[in-house]
This record gives sequence, structure tokens and C-alpha cells, in this order.
Amino acid sequence: MNQAQPKPPQSPTALSRPFWEGAAAGRLMIQRCAACGKLRHYPRLLCDACYSDAVEWIEASRRGTIHSWTVAHHAFHPAFKDELPYTLVTVDLEEGVRALGRWTGEPPAIGQPVTGAFVARPDGVDLVFAPATA
Amino acid sequence: MSLRDRSCVTGIGETAYLRGATKSAFELQVEASLKAIADAGLTPKDIDGVIPIGIVSGTADDFIENFGLPDLRFSAQVPHGGASPAMALQAAAMAVANGVCSHVLITFGRNISAVAAGGNKAGARIHNMPQFHYVTEFEHPMGASAPAQLYAPMARRHMELYGTTVEQFGEVAVACREHALLNGNAVMKKPITLEDHRQSRMIADPFRLLDCSLESDGGAAVVVSAAERARDLRHRRVFISGVAAGHPDSPGSITQRPDMTSLGLAKAAPRAFRMAGVTPADIDVAEIYDCFTYAVIRQLEDMGFCAKGEGGPFVSGGRLRIGGALPTNTHGGLLSQAHVWGLNHVVELARQLRGDGGRAQVAGAEVGVVTGYGDMGDGALAIMRRE
Repeated sequence: MNQAQPKPPQSPTALSRPFWEGAAAGRLMIQRCAACGKLRHYPRLLCDACYSDAVEWIEASRRGTIHSWTVAHHAFHPAFKDELPYTLVTVDLEEGVRALGRWTGEPPAIGQPVTGAFVARPDGVDLVFAPATA
Repeated sequence: MSLRDRSCVTGIGETAYLRGATKSAFELQVEASLKAIADAGLTPKDIDGVIPIGIVSGTADDFIENFGLPDLRFSAQVPHGGASPAMALQAAAMAVANGVCSHVLITFGRNISAVAAGGNKAGARIHNMPQFHYVTEFEHPMGASAPAQLYAPMARRHMELYGTTVEQFGEVAVACREHALLNGNAVMKKPITLEDHRQSRMIADPFRLLDCSLESDGGAAVVVSAAERARDLRHRRVFISGVAAGHPDSPGSITQRPDMTSLGLAKAAPRAFRMAGVTPADIDVAEIYDCFTYAVIRQLEDMGFCAKGEGGPFVSGGRLRIGGALPTNTHGGLLSQAHVWGLNHVVELARQLRGDGGRAQVAGAEVGVVTGYGDMGDGALAIMRRE
């Protein structure tokens, strides 16, 4: 669908490029400290436990539970006007970090098990969660 | 050595608050600054410290040049959004208590109407600010763009964990509006009811329009002076008795915050109350940063006015209204007076403690608290008392 105004761009940095490359391939990548093994997200330069900047990237499960949510009824950026209302969910991932994503389905509930997938949009991908299937 | 009672708010100034101002942000800032300096009984050349709030209008150098300041000894930037005014009180108190300088001007002006007319509305502005870079990169592209959308999950979780209700949010909105109507300098001029609040259009569930603070133009300023110097100035002294700042975990991302219902104020408040030697039970009047109704409920809990999760019941039954047990935002707040990053809250607390609150005066107000809440949960507070 044509959009009058493009959405805010997904702009990888040197620090976050593996996340966005993974997302484009449908994989949710998060940082793991190569020195002590602590997982972290969003991407940061240093491990806040051991201060190492050595990083490896691992693929997260995209499974988790709803931590909280909101429904946007007002477009603060014009590119989202045609999508109103839309739901955003904050998800506790099994790996112990969180992700923000869009939501499809009935209104979510805190604690509800969910699974995420990357869904293509004209200029990239969105992480979209849905109720977990048994 | 403690900062308790070592500094005073000696001057306060405000422009008219409105929408569609024709003056620039800096013009508004200068107007408020001159009023605050005159209110203290000082001249501009007495100012030897400047803290401009934010980087949206005049710099310290602009004040040297326009006021002809002969010897500016102290300046600082406090880059924490709406927490900056209360954090600036901390910086100013430290500066004057240690003899670095004598009179610090804390000053702010904004013409948000002009900024918004240029296409830079609330959903776009914060993405020019480095402290929002995680939101800008990972959340804004999905449509989580503006503070209302970013803070809403905090409020939703509080509602689901503790049973906080729409009516309790409405209590905050109605109290602020009622107080704004007592104030000759408030943007909002019509009364609202709890039902008006409930019926107002949804912005970012659970926030309705009347849960959200205003976009408005204006300037505000205060002068903070060394306590000994304040003795000779125009007004009864209003001491800064306790002041502290704190930051939430994961300040750059609410999504990643371990406990998204806890703010930086929770860390700061015990420090400030201890410094002042008072408890929440001693507070006669409160000016609480009200970017959203929920933020007031949250901060009341973080300061210990009630236990965590009990903020909703606490604000019910008119407790926050003048005549209630804890008159709050006696000027109307960001929700109904004006949004000048909460420097208007500092002005109002000093006014109340001088006894100059006019129709909104809280009888016998001797001790009060003002808070700031910035960016995604940075916090600060100052406890003040009158001499």
C-alpha cells in the first residue's frame, strides 16, 4: 500500500547492525557478553556486569509473555494515521530481556504467552507478536 | 556538610501562559527572568550564576550579553527534561552554599506553538534528542513515538497490578483543573468533571486527552540565593531544606526497565526528606510534575506519601484539592496551567510558602515539596519551608 509519508526509518548503527540484519532474515538477535555471558538488549557498547566490550550475537526465541501494552488511538507521526488504532506490546522474552512489538489478535493481557515474528513493511520489518500457539 | 537551609528561592517570575505566543522562546525567557530578578529585589548585574533549563532557548552566554553580567561565576546545563528545574535547584543550592556564587538564575522559555507550526510536533521532537536514541532506533519506527505512547505501558501495568482506575486518573485531572480556575494565569479556563475526563478521547490507552499535559508557550524563572544573602532581599525567606535527584534503571528505555512502575524519584526522595528532616506527613502543599495524571499517582508512591500500589485510592475523594489533606498542583500544573517543564511548579511552591497564593493559597502552608520528572523517568525533588 502506498503511504503518503514514509514511516520513521530503521537506521542501523555500527553497534546495532547485527540486530537489523538478523531482523531482515526473520531472526531476533541479541547481544551476549563474550567475556561473562550476560545477555543484553537493546544493544550497548559495554557489558554492565564485567565492562567487557567483547560481544557475540545469539538468536533469541521470540517467545515470551506480555509485560504491558498500549493501544495507540492518536497518530503522533502522520505515517501511522491509517493504521489507527494499533496495539503495542512490551514482552518479557524467555532470554530475560524485553522486546517491544506490534500485536495482532484480541486485546492482550499481562502474563499472556506470546510468540513474535518479523513481518515485512516497505522499508524494513516490524516485530509482530501474537498469542502463543500450544 | 548538608545543604539543608543553606539556600533560598528569593525571586520568582512568569510570563503570561498561552498558546500561539508571538514572542520567541528567548524573549519569553528574558521577560520571566527580569521579573524574577526584580521580585528578589536584585538587578540583573547581581546575577552571578545561570542555569538555563534545556537547550531550547537562551544560553548562559546569551544572559551575559543581554544583561551585561560583569562576572558570571557559575553556569550549568541539566539535561533531564522535566526533571531539570528541580535538578537545577540542587545545582544552584550546591553552588551558593559553597560560595561559588551568590545568586543563581534558573530560567526557561518556550514557544512550542512556533515549533509545532514548523512541523516538529510532540511525536517528532524527542527524536532529535540523544537521550531518546533507543526509542528513536527501536520503537519510533513501529509507531511508539511520543511520550504518551511510551509511558502508557507503565500506567497500564500499574492498573493491572494494583487495580488503579480511570476515575483515579480523573481525580488528578479534576484537581488540577479546579486549581487552574483559581489562577489568573492558566491556559485552561473551563471546569471539568470526572465524567468529562472519562469521556475525553483516547490518545494512548489508558491515557485519554485529559490525562495529558498541555502544549503551551511561556517563560518562567526563579532566583536561588545563598541563605545569608537572602536575609537582605525583598521577601520572607523560603529555604531549600532538602533536595535530591535520582535516575531509574534503564533510563533510556522504559521497555527494558526491570520495574517499569518505579521512577528515579524513588531513589531521590528518601535523600531529600532525610536532608530536610521531615516526612511526607509534614508536607502542607505539593507541586508534583504532572506530564500525565498517572505520573502524579506514581510519584506520590515513590515519595512515600502512600505505599506502592496505593496511589490510586490515595488521590481519591478530593485529597489533592485545596481543602483536602494534600493540596497538590495549586497552580493547575502542566495539565491545566501551562507546560513550562515544571519550572512553574517551583514558582508556585515559593509563592505558596510566602503566603502569596491568592485564591489558591493553602492556609498555613509552611512546608512543601516540588518534584520534576524528565525524559523517561529521571526524577528530582526539593522540599522547601518558609522562615
